[in-house]
Amino acid sequence: MRNKRSEGAMAAITWIGAILTIGILLYIIGFILIKGLPHLKPSLFALEYNSENVSMLPAIITTIIMTIIALIIAVPLGVCAAIYLVEYAKRGNKAVTLIRMTTETLSGIPSIVYGLFGLLFFVTYLGWGYSVLAGAFTMSIMILPLIIRSSEEALRAVPDSFREGSFGLGAGKLRTVAKIVLPTATPGILSGIILAVGRIVGETAALIYTAGTVAQIPVSPMQSARTLAVHMYALSSEGLHTNEAYATAVVLLIVVILINLASTKLAGRFGGKAQG
Amino acid sequence: MSYCFEIKGLDLFYGEFQALKNINMNIEEGGITAYIGPSGCGKSTLIKTLNRMNDLIEGCKITGEIKLFGEDIYGNMDVNVLRKRVGMVFQKPNPFPMSVYDNIAFGPRTHGTRSKAQLNQIVEESLQKAAIWDEVKDRLHKSALGLSGGQQQRLCIARALAVNPEVLLLDEPTSALDPISTGKIEELLLTLKEKYSIIIVTHNMQQATRISDNTAFFLLGEVIEYGKTEDLFAMPKDKRTEDYITGRFG
Amino acid sequence: MRSRFDDLLTTLNNSMIEMGALVERAISQASQALLEQDAEIARRVMEGDEAIDQMEKEIEGLCLKLLLQQQPVAKDLRQISTALKMITDMERIGDQAADISEICLYLANEHQIIAKQEHIQQMSKVTIKMVTGAIDAFVKKDRELADWVIAQDDEVDALYTAVKKDLINLIHDNVENGEQAFDLLQIAKYYERIGDHAVNLAEWVIFSITGEHKNKRVL
Repeated sequence: MRNKRSEGAMAAITWIGAILTIGILLYIIGFILIKGLPHLKPSLFALEYNSENVSMLPAIITTIIMTIIALIIAVPLGVCAAIYLVEYAKRGNKAVTLIRMTTETLSGIPSIVYGLFGLLFFVTYLGWGYSVLAGAFTMSIMILPLIIRSSEEALRAVPDSFREGSFGLGAGKLRTVAKIVLPTATPGILSGIILAVGRIVGETAALIYTAGTVAQIPVSPMQSARTLAVHMYALSSEGLHTNEAYATAVVLLIVVILINLASTKLAGRFGGKAQG
Repeated sequence: MSYCFEIKGLDLFYGEFQALKNINMNIEEGGITAYIGPSGCGKSTLIKTLNRMNDLIEGCKITGEIKLFGEDIYGNMDVNVLRKRVGMVFQKPNPFPMSVYDNIAFGPRTHGTRSKAQLNQIVEESLQKAAIWDEVKDRLHKSALGLSGGQQQRLCIARALAVNPEVLLLDEPTSALDPISTGKIEELLLTLKEKYSIIIVTHNMQQATRISDNTAFFLLGEVIEYGKTEDLFAMPKDKRTEDYITGRFG
Repeated sequence: MRSRFDDLLTTLNNSMIEMGALVERAISQASQALLEQDAEIARRVMEGDEAIDQMEKEIEGLCLKLLLQQQPVAKDLRQISTALKMITDMERIGDQAADISEICLYLANEHQIIAKQEHIQQMSKVTIKMVTGAIDAFVKKDRELADWVIAQDDEVDALYTAVKKDLINLIHDNVENGEQAFDLLQIAKYYERIGDHAVNLAEWVIFSITGEHKNKRVL
């Protein structure tokens, strides 16, 4: 009898947990949609930003550019580091402990610290000024630990039997990693990249210090520009365009959902190819 | 009688632990040689030294000599060439997560075969040798992971055959399979032994009696008895062999 | 380990001993029937043959069950296959004893047995010892005993020749003795056969110990 009762209680607790989580999520989405949807108008997507139309199109484009540059820098670096850690480094190697400690420390640092570092190093020391490039580099440093960690996990999840099979056929290390291990780990690596994209899209503090807040479509990477999240932060902190800020939030929400959908689809395609 | 492998005075250590003790064994060319013995007796370890898969294990030290058709495999031989000449099939079927075709073509591609026509031929031949062609010919370009366990294992045998090895090592190849799949693999091995020298590690003594020509019994890293399978199972010379094969071990 | 299997092997040995005892009794009773011209005993031997046949079937079943369930190898395989071969010869010995008894039935009606019986009785004693020895050798895995059994066959053959000579002399003395002499010769021949079967038993026992049958590897 006691068992039955505690089981019932347990079920109730899990149910409450689930309902609360979904409830809060729905509440936030609903709140943003109700507040923002009525204010979505074509002028918000004008090519040029001015204080009248507070267009978010430049910010959307900046976001995309920022993300792409940051990924181009961070993904090869991070994946290669992970490959080294998993496939090449010997157990108990000092470099491995160092890299692991560094990534763990880096992933725990608040983003504002990255911002300050970016400001001091890229913006000031290297003299890049507030620029998309400085922002992208800062972002890439920020997401590097995430990509290394998730890639490492994905590579470790590749069964050793695949490696044995490949070695057993006389394939060398490089070929084994390139043709067998990496393709198998791709879905896992991708999901790490997508998490990283999410962090870039949602980042404000670090970007304000490095990419600045100019609302324009950057023609050169050395120009200052603001991403969608920064744009929204600017609008709401000015207090003059609260409605437009909500409308921007709607777009940001949709963008995030789209990224997620794309990522699942992408992972599904790669995974599908990999796992039948 | 010529030998595919000649093993002389082989000792193997994992760190401080000696896993193989003074192994001396000549393995006949052609035919099937079975390695039997309780878990941890060193039979799998020995088979892994024959294509140097144990190189992958950290802290593994080897002394002694292993010759493949007279060539010292721990001497100047390129390990990738060795593994091409000495194919291996593992305990659990491990097809790569790619199509049936790409699985088979992986080995030949690794060793430089690029021509599409040639690859097609190798794929078909290998699958036919492994007696699985009829089952997969209509799904060559679908994932190999969709095959049944027994089919996957025969695919792995085909994959090993695709690089045209001289010796085939099998490490408990049927321990994860049902009796029917096991039977098919045994049949297959009996046809393959005409062309390849086969060494198989097995926990299934009936399997050893059914398919092997020679059997070696291992205990605690030593070869206790090695000889014709029929002799070993009908009239073992060593008391320990007798106790093990009659199930009165330990 | 494998204690159930070992129990069944013990059962097999016990059944072999039991069947051996039945066969021995059949031989000794057959010779008693001859000596005492007792039709009753002769009839009992003939009826008792059925029990021997029954025993053979039982042991056969047990052996096949062991082969199927335990898939024996090495000494177990040799022991079980030896038992399978031995029971065939033992059953034949039982038949032989029954055949002797059948002749004894006729001889029981005769006024008296004309021949000296000591050689025939001697044959009976030796063959009984041979069968007992073979079974003992099987159970105890005693190579020397098996060799001894095989060696005894010479004595049986010598006794047979002696019996034959006696009977030929009898016929010389009086042609009237011919019919009875012929029956007695047949009985002696049966004993001689029993000796041969006992040799077979011993040879299979040697196989179970050494893996060799008549000095040749079987497997």
